[in-house]
Amino acid sequence: MKPSNQPSSQDRKLGKEEEQLLDELGIFGQSRRTFLNQMSAAGISLMAVPYFTSDVFAQAPKAPDLDPESLLNALEVNLKINGDTYPLQVDSRMTLLDALRERLNLTGSKKGCDHGQCGACTVLIDGKRKLSCLTLSATCKDKEITTVEGLAQGTGLHPVQAAFLKHDGFQCGYCTPGQICSAVSLLDEAKRGEVSYVTENVKDEVTQLSDKEIRERMSGNICRCGAYNNIVQAIQEVHSGKAEMPRWEFATEQELEASRTAE
Amino acid sequence: MRPFQFHSPSNAAEALQKHSRDQKTHYLGGGTNLIDLMKEDVERPDHLIEVADLPFKEITQTANGGLMLGATLNNTETANHKLVRKNYPLLTMAMLSAATEQIRNMATNGGNLLQRTRCPYYFETSMPCNKREPGSGCGALNGANSKSALFGWSESCVATHPSDMCVALAALNAKVHVGQADGSSRVIPFTEFHRLPGDQPEKDTNLETGELITGIELPESEFPDHYYYYKVRERSSYAFALVSAAVGLQMQGNTITKAGLALGKVAHKPWKLENVERYLEGKEASLSTFEAAADLAFEDAQPLSKNEYKIELGKKTLVQALVRAAARS
Repeated sequence: MKPSNQPSSQDRKLGKEEEQLLDELGIFGQSRRTFLNQMSAAGISLMAVPYFTSDVFAQAPKAPDLDPESLLNALEVNLKINGDTYPLQVDSRMTLLDALRERLNLTGSKKGCDHGQCGACTVLIDGKRKLSCLTLSATCKDKEITTVEGLAQGTGLHPVQAAFLKHDGFQCGYCTPGQICSAVSLLDEAKRGEVSYVTENVKDEVTQLSDKEIRERMSGNICRCGAYNNIVQAIQEVHSGKAEMPRWEFATEQELEASRTAE
Repeated sequence: MRPFQFHSPSNAAEALQKHSRDQKTHYLGGGTNLIDLMKEDVERPDHLIEVADLPFKEITQTANGGLMLGATLNNTETANHKLVRKNYPLLTMAMLSAATEQIRNMATNGGNLLQRTRCPYYFETSMPCNKREPGSGCGALNGANSKSALFGWSESCVATHPSDMCVALAALNAKVHVGQADGSSRVIPFTEFHRLPGDQPEKDTNLETGELITGIELPESEFPDHYYYYKVRERSSYAFALVSAAVGLQMQGNTITKAGLALGKVAHKPWKLENVERYLEGKEASLSTFEAAADLAFEDAQPLSKNEYKIELGKKTLVQALVRAAARS
């Protein structure tokens, strides 16, 4: 650590507004001390202006330039994301997921396994669901990318988002952006009559999905909390257009007994 | 991931020219296998040549009544293509049993043929593996080999080929069209495309380094009605097979007139069952016929220390696929 000439936060007296600001930002204890050591008092006051006049978290992301030493094979890409174009210089190794999260502050898409096994990073590329963790940014030229941030219309939630809320299609929420992007794409696939491995005869088009079909088609999105039943229900409601009450209930004694004695 | 140079050629000729024709260059299709292997430090290319957007994205009818599947078309669009579903439903079923919609949307047809084994020793760089590092030994031979090969393995490699699509392509007698750097091309029968490990397990296929798959040709539809791809795995979706069976039958009444059969995950290549195909021709479809066929299919199986169960499992898998294919009307 570099020795600092600045007074530590304990030494420095904060103004009332500064205290309030740090409280509202949720910066306490050691975090507050670290934060203050990195900021001059003038800095905090300046921060207060955008914080109180607009939503700092909603500002358009600006991609910081990468350290030239980390750019061994630099490439220029124009990433078209949620209707905006982001000119970006990336290393050839940078995945779309890392570009979204680390360069563009679009942190809705999540990094779960980073190996294409969990689906948390699912985004739509040219309308099709794909894994952003196995997609190199360099391959995304001229492609339309939609992330979970781009699904709502203004303040109106996408029907799949609303259904996930209604049916409690999550617990911790980490897999949810991937689940929702996946489900949005699934609805389009059903409209096109796509079949799946559980389709009885793949020669027939399938436009009305059973719960079994939805489960098979969502199997690329893992949920460690196990919210699967509610996820299927949420997707089924949007797919079928029939509003349903959440239909989970406690198992009866007989049902419990039957499951214990099942082979 | 190690640094590499990324190339995005606009046509196949340029892609073929750019290839250094050594192990330092890889073509990049959908990346669902290669990018993962690069993250694991198993694959370490200096150059990636993007081929996923090259113009081999059509499915066209061939002069002899078959279909040509473009190499860069993705697995979803291929499996769900109207003509594939109608005339080659076995292929549709096998392709849709693999991976997930997200992965199938990315994976190209050419890339599916070139995916590497899922043997754990191949993925774990601290372990010996002749496929990853020739000469380092085969960890699975006397190690964790419960999912390893039953047929055609060697002392240097007991890995299996992971593809589902390729099992159906073997059953359907497909051919692989390949482009070469000098502008010429060649056609490889599917059974000769992948190879057995021998003492060169680092080579999965008989492709020359730098050759580029341009298409997969299917012969005239032979099994549009009686088909089944039966895949047995540790969970019911999104898992590689323990064993799988691709079955296509032609039937007149209850008599089998022609059969196309292959097993998956039992060898270093999709395991075509030519002797069983011949055995079934002219036989009545019945459980006892199918059980005899399955015994014949596994007659030459050579189990390792921990995968003997795959013989019984494989026989039952083949019988189930035959029963279901025959029962379709």
